[in-house]
Amino acid sequence: MPTPAQNSANAAPTTRRFRSLPRLDRREVAAIFVGGALGTLLRAALSEAFPQSATNWPWPTFIVNVVAAFLLGYFVTRLQERLPLSSYRRPLLGTGLCGGLSTFSTMQVELLKMVDAGAYWLALGYAIASVAAGYAAIHVATGAVRRVWVPR
Amino acid sequence: MWAGVVLIGGCGSVLRFLVDGVVGTRLGRGFPFGTLVVNVSGAMILGFITGLALGADEALLAGTAAVGSYTTFSTWMFETQRLTEERQNRSAALNVIVSLVLGVGAAALGRWIGIRV
Repeated sequence: MPTPAQNSANAAPTTRRFRSLPRLDRREVAAIFVGGALGTLLRAALSEAFPQSATNWPWPTFIVNVVAAFLLGYFVTRLQERLPLSSYRRPLLGTGLCGGLSTFSTMQVELLKMVDAGAYWLALGYAIASVAAGYAAIHVATGAVRRVWVPR
Repeated sequence: MWAGVVLIGGCGSVLRFLVDGVVGTRLGRGFPFGTLVVNVSGAMILGFITGLALGADEALLAGTAAVGSYTTFSTWMFETQRLTEERQNRSAALNVIVSLVLGVGAAALGRWIGIRV
């Protein structure tokens, strides 16, 4: 359960200012590192366990992407609209875990290989299904968080 | 090996955060340029790595771990969904189409370069 004391974590810790960066908080960076490491480990383990050929539906990438989208929608909406401000939860769970778990580059190379193999309909279907499912996952997760009654 | 995946995955995520921050600061937050730059540049690097035809372990570390964690699908979708919530449907559609066209194009270009190195 969040406590009011956690608000103090947001009371601007001393940060060094960089010219082009708005803010570089060491704890924030550490949280992103930890979350990203975990997300990457999960995704890499899944992709190693289920090797894919160019003309198959890339289930490992598809699943991690849609799951990560759902989790990101849930975490960010809850953190922005439901929980007290926290300086490390969004970097840990959102930027780190979901960002590391999901991948855009692998999806693009998979699409490229499908096109190479002449599997145009597969490529088109994969692109459309990924975007539709990812978008729907965010939408559903956001709605689920907003529907929950909050004591004011 | 898996320790490498963990360390590199953490670094890739931090790099994404930094690049997104720099691009967002320079180009503004009206359109999610930060994620676009991260994803398209990552697609090109992964294409390049694919073109190099590395061994399985190197491909896992450089491709799946480093570039895979640097790019993000979830934030791309999140920003698209939030654009439609703000009734900026044109920007949302552009964000999807431009990312996909540039992403596959960048991956093809990267691989073309990788094969010739």
